[in-house]
Amino acid sequence: MSTTLTPTPAPRAPQQDGPHRVASGAFTPRQLVSSLPDAVRKLDPRHLVRTPVMLVVAVGAVLTTVLAVLDPSVFAWVIAAWLWTTVLFANLAEAVAEGRGRAQAASLRRVSTETTARRLERGHDEVRVPSSSLRPGDLVVVEAGETVPGDGDVVEGVASVDESAITGESAPVVRESGGDRSAVTGGTTVLSDRIVVRVTAEPGESFVDRMIALVEGSARQRTPNEIALNILLASLTLVFLLAVVTLQPMAAYSGDPQSTVVLVALLVCLIPTTIGALLSAIGIAGMDRLVQRNVLAVSGRAVEAAGDVGTLLLDKTGTITLGNRQAHELLPAPGVDVLELADAAQLSSLADATPEGRSVVVLVEERHGPRTREHPAGAAFVPFTAQTRMSGVDLREEPGAHPGDVREVRKGAAAAVTHWVRTLGGHVPAQVEQVVEDVATSGGTPLVVAEHRGGTARVLGVVHLKDVVKEGVRERFEQLRAMGIRTVMVTGDNARTARAIAQEAGVDDVLAEATPEDKLELIRREQSGGRLVAMMGDGTNDAPALAQADVGVAMNTGTSAAKEAGNMVDLDSDPTKLIEIVEIGKQLLITRGALTTFSLANDVAKYFAIVPAMFVTAHPQLDALNVMRLATPQSAVVSAVVFNALVIVALIPLALRGVRYRPASAASLLRRNLLVYGLGGVVAPFAGIKLVDLIVSLLPGM
Amino acid sequence: MPALDDTTAGLLQIGLLVVLLAAVHVPLGDFLARTLTSPRHLRAERALYRVLRVDGDADTRWPTYAVSVLAFSTVSILFLYTFLRLQRFLPLSLGMPAMEATQAWNTAVSFTANTNWQSYSGEAAVGHLVQMAGLAVQNFVSAAVGLSVAIALVRGLVRAGTGTIGNFWVDLTRSTLRVLLPMAVVAAVLLLLCGVVQNLSGATAHTTLAGGTQTVVGGPIASQEAVKLLGTNGGGFFNANSAHPFENPTPLSNLLQVFLILVIPSSLPRTFGTLVGDTRQGLAVLSVMGGIFAVSLALTTWAEVHAGGAVPQAVGAAVEGKETRFGEWASALFATATTSTSTGAVNSFHDSYTALGGGVVLFNVLLGEVTPGGVGSGLYGILVLAVIAVFVGGLMVGRTPEYLGKKIRQREITLAALYLLATPFALLSGTAIALSSEATRSALLNSGPHGLTELMYGFASAANNNGSAFAGLGANTPFYNTALGLAMWIGRFVPMVLVIALAGAFARQRPAAPTAGTLPTRTPTFAGLHATVVVVVTGLTFFPALALGPLAEALSGAAS
Repeated sequence: MSTTLTPTPAPRAPQQDGPHRVASGAFTPRQLVSSLPDAVRKLDPRHLVRTPVMLVVAVGAVLTTVLAVLDPSVFAWVIAAWLWTTVLFANLAEAVAEGRGRAQAASLRRVSTETTARRLERGHDEVRVPSSSLRPGDLVVVEAGETVPGDGDVVEGVASVDESAITGESAPVVRESGGDRSAVTGGTTVLSDRIVVRVTAEPGESFVDRMIALVEGSARQRTPNEIALNILLASLTLVFLLAVVTLQPMAAYSGDPQSTVVLVALLVCLIPTTIGALLSAIGIAGMDRLVQRNVLAVSGRAVEAAGDVGTLLLDKTGTITLGNRQAHELLPAPGVDVLELADAAQLSSLADATPEGRSVVVLVEERHGPRTREHPAGAAFVPFTAQTRMSGVDLREEPGAHPGDVREVRKGAAAAVTHWVRTLGGHVPAQVEQVVEDVATSGGTPLVVAEHRGGTARVLGVVHLKDVVKEGVRERFEQLRAMGIRTVMVTGDNARTARAIAQEAGVDDVLAEATPEDKLELIRREQSGGRLVAMMGDGTNDAPALAQADVGVAMNTGTSAAKEAGNMVDLDSDPTKLIEIVEIGKQLLITRGALTTFSLANDVAKYFAIVPAMFVTAHPQLDALNVMRLATPQSAVVSAVVFNALVIVALIPLALRGVRYRPASAASLLRRNLLVYGLGGVVAPFAGIKLVDLIVSLLPGM
Repeated sequence: MPALDDTTAGLLQIGLLVVLLAAVHVPLGDFLARTLTSPRHLRAERALYRVLRVDGDADTRWPTYAVSVLAFSTVSILFLYTFLRLQRFLPLSLGMPAMEATQAWNTAVSFTANTNWQSYSGEAAVGHLVQMAGLAVQNFVSAAVGLSVAIALVRGLVRAGTGTIGNFWVDLTRSTLRVLLPMAVVAAVLLLLCGVVQNLSGATAHTTLAGGTQTVVGGPIASQEAVKLLGTNGGGFFNANSAHPFENPTPLSNLLQVFLILVIPSSLPRTFGTLVGDTRQGLAVLSVMGGIFAVSLALTTWAEVHAGGAVPQAVGAAVEGKETRFGEWASALFATATTSTSTGAVNSFHDSYTALGGGVVLFNVLLGEVTPGGVGSGLYGILVLAVIAVFVGGLMVGRTPEYLGKKIRQREITLAALYLLATPFALLSGTAIALSSEATRSALLNSGPHGLTELMYGFASAANNNGSAFAGLGANTPFYNTALGLAMWIGRFVPMVLVIALAGAFARQRPAAPTAGTLPTRTPTFAGLHATVVVVVTGLTFFPALALGPLAEALSGAAS
C-alpha cells in the first residue's frame, strides 16, 4: 500500500506555521502612546476600585502628593510622581489590551448598523420595519443583495450568503432551511435567491453585538481563576500593609521613625503591583488571542476551562482524517486486467465531482500514467442517486463493434453494483465478494466497478476507498497525551472501521456509530471521572452534548441551537481548532502564574534596596545588607519605586502575547517556568534597581 | 574510654535522633491513620459518647465541626480560669493563692490553645491538683484538638463530594484515649527510667553542702513531662522547664525529650500520605519539613558553637544560658526542635543565644511552626501552605490549580489566604501596640535591637502557640497577660476555623482525575517550591522587623 495521494487541501487551512504554536498578536510601542488618553481616563476611582492592589498604590500616590505639597522636597516629589506613574502604567496595560480589540470592533460595528427588514405579518404581508425592532420569532424575508437584518434560522428556501464581514472568508456559503446549515447571522449579505428567516436574537444581543462587546472588553466579566488570584493578591497586599504599618512603632523604638513617604514607597514596592497591574490585560489579551483565531467565547470562564480539559472529543471527519475517503487501491476481479479496471474506474468517475470520484481519477493517473481526460464523445453520464447508490457513464460503442450498442460502466456501493450485475444476468465471482469483505474489515469502503457490454454484465473489480489520516495527526496526539489530554475519536462509522482508523491515528479511545445520546453519555462518564471535556459540534442534535461539555465549540456553519448550546463559536468551522483553544486556555493561566511568581520574587531585591536605606541611620551596620551598593538612602528608595513602575511597562508585551507555551508535561513546564520567572524574578531586579540607581544618583537632591 | 569531642558527640546525637524518628515514622504514621479513621468504637468510647449524648457515628459538615471545636475550647478556657481562680479552696493546692485575673485568663487560654506560655513560675503559682486535673488535662486535649483538625482537613482532601469531614467528638476522644494517653504512659515510664522525678510531695527543705537551706519542690513531674513534650505543649512543671534537673536530668533524658517532641508531628506526614492513598505525597511534605528543620538546626548550632565576641571566644562557644549537662549541640538541637514545633519547652535560655542563633529560633516560630510543627497544627499548617504553593505552581502549568484532585478556586484560596493573615496580624499588631506606650515598653529587660527581639519573640511565641519565652520580657503585667492571651486565642482558633472551613470546601468537591497535565505534588521540584513558599511568605512578612531586631544585632556583632 504505497500509494501516495495528493490530498485535496482542506477548504480552510488554519493559519498556523507549525503544528503547535499559539501565534502572537502584534504589539508595537506606538500602541502605548495611542492608549495614553484612555489610561488617564482610567484614573477614575470607580475604575481603580476594581483592582485592590492598584487602589492601594493610588491611595499612596494621593498621600505622598499631599505630603509633598505640605513639606516639599525633591525626594517626596519624585516618589509622588513615580507612584502616579505606576498607576498610569497599570491603566496603560489595560488600555492597550482593550485598544487592540477596538479596531476589530469598529469593523464589526459597521456590520451591525441599522438596516431595514421586511417582516412578514400573518405569514404573507410584508412590512418594512427597522431591524432594531425585530423580536425573536419574527419572520423576515431576505432576497439577493439584501443584508440579513438579524440572527436567525432559515425556515424557507436556500441561498448563498456572503459572511465575509464576520468570518473574513470571501467564498460564499450555502444556507438552507432544515438540516444543520440553517443559521444566518445578522449583517451578512444574501447573494442569491430568497430566504425566509426566523429571528432568534433580541435586538442588541445579536451575535455581532456580543462579539463587539467581547473584543472591546466592555462586557468582560472576571473569570473564576482571575477572581481567586485577585483574592490572593489582595491578601498579600493586606499582609504587607500590616507589615509596613506595624513597622513604624518598631522604627520609632529603634530611634529612627520613618517618614510616611518612605513607608508608602516600601509598601508599594512590596505589594504585588506587577501582576496586579497586568492581570486584566492578560485576561483581555487571552480573549483577543481567541478572536484572532476566529473563535468567539461566550465567557472568559470557558477559556479558562479550556486549559483544564482532560478529554477531547474529536470528530473523525476533518479532524483526524482528511474528511473524504480517497481511492487507495484498485483490486481487479479474477481474469480482469488491472488496466481494464483502471480505465473503467476512471471513465465512471470522470463526471463525478465528489472528492471520492476525483480521487479515483487521480489514483488511476498516478498508478497507470496519464489517460484520456476529455469526456468521450457521446458519453451520457449517470449521476449518483440515493436510490441506485451508483453512478457511471453510458458510452456509444466504437464504430464497427455493435453499432447502436451502448456500453454501460457503473461504480458504486458493493451491494448495489452486484445486484445490478446479477439483474443483468451477470455473475459475481466469489473472490470479489471476499475482497469486498476484506476491504470493509480493514476499515475501508469497497466500491465495485462493473460494466454491461454486448449483453453481458460482469464485475471488473473493486476500488478500495480509504479514510486518509491527516499528516502529523499522530504526533499531535502524542503531544496531547504528554499534556495529559485524552483524545476520543467520535464517528458514525461502524466499530470495525472506527477502530482501524483510531489505531492508525493513535487516538486513546473511540466512540463508533455515535448517536447524540452516546456522545452525551460519554461526556457525562468522563466528567464523573473528574475530567473536563471539550468537543466541537454543528448539528442541532449535537446541542445537548455541546451544552453538557465543559468547553463546547459550535461551528459557525452549524445551527442556532448548536451555537446557543456551546460556549464558543468557531467562525472557520475548523475542527482542529479545538486543540488550539486548549493551548490558548493553558497559555492564559501560565501567563498569570508566571507573572505572579515574578512579581513576588521581585520583592526580595526590593527589600535589600529599601530596608538598609531606611534604617542605616539607626543601625549603620545594616549597610551590609545594601548588597547592590546603592548610592544614597534616597536614591535606593527612588530606584526601587522607579524599577517597580518600569517593570510593568516592560512586561506589557509579555502580558499581551502570553508566555511561550509548548505542549509538555506539567512537571517539565513547572521546572522551566520556576527557573525563568521564579529565579529570574529574584535576580533581574537586583540588576534593574542597580541600573536605575546609577541614573537616579545623578539627580540633584538624591 | 576517651571522651568524645563536642562535634562528634553532637553529630552522634542528631544521627541517633534521626534513626529513632525514622524507625517509628511508618508504624506510628499508619497507626494514627488507622486509629483516627476506623469505623469501630471501643466499648469505653461508646460509654463516653452515651454519657456525653454524642452520636459517635454521625458524620458532620464543617460548620458543626467548627462549632464543636470552639464550644469545647471555650468551655475548657472557662473551666481552667475558674480552677485557677479558686485553687486555694481545692485540695493539694500547697497553699497557693488564687491566680490574678488577667494571669488566669492568660494561663487558661495558653493551655487550651496548646501554647503553654507561662507568665507564672510553675512551682510557685499552681498546686498539684491544678497541674494534674487542669493543666495536664489540657495538655492532652489541646493536642488532641489539633490532631482532630488536621485529620479533618485530610478527610476533606480525600472525600469525594460528600461535604462531611468527620465527627469532632470522636476525633477528640480517639486522639486522647487511643493515641496520646498510651503514648504518654510509655513516655513517662521511659522518663522515669532516665531519672525524672514523680511524687506528690510539696516543698521540702534540705541542707546544702555549703550549710545553707534550699527548698526543693517535688511533684508528679514525669507524667506531666511526658505529655508536655508528646503533645507539643511545653508548659513546664518548673519555671526552668527542661533545664531543671528534675524535669530533664541527663543527656539521655534530653535526647528522649527531643524525640518525644518530634515523634508525632514528624509521623503525621505519613498518616497524611497513607490516608490520601499515596505515601509519596507524605514524603514530599516530610521532606519540606525536614529540609527546613535541618537548615535551621545547622545555622543555630553553627551560631552557638562558633559564636563571636570576647567571652564566647575565650571559652570556645556561647555557653551563657545553657546547661553544662547538655552543652551547645544538645541545646541548639532542643531549641530548634521546640521552636520548629509548637512545644516551647526549653532546656536553655533563648535570650542568651547569639543574635543569629536567637534569630533563627525566632524565625522557626515565625514560619508558623510547620517544620514539623505542633501535633496536628504542623500538618494542617504545612498543607495550607501547600495550597498556596499549588495555586501559584498550578497556574504555571496552565491549569486551574488543584491539590490531590481538589481544585483551588475562589473559596479555597480565600480561606488559605486568610490563614496566612491571621497569625501575623496578632503578632505584628500586638508587638506594635506594646511598643507604642512607654509603660509597656518598660517591660523589656534589654534596649536596642535585642529588646525588640525579646518583645517580638513574646508575641511570636503567643500568636504561633509556641509558648517558649525568649525571656527578658517581664510579661506578667495585666497588659501582657491580656494581650498575649488574645494573641494566643487568635493565633490558635482563627486559623483552626479557617482550616475546618477549607476541609469542608474540599470535601464538597469531586476530585479531578490526575493526568500528565496535572501539577505533580510529590516531586522534588514541587517540594522545593513548597519549601520556598514557606520561607518566602514568612521572610517577606517579617523581614523589616527582623532587620531591626536580630539582623541589626547580628551585624553589629559581626562588625565589632
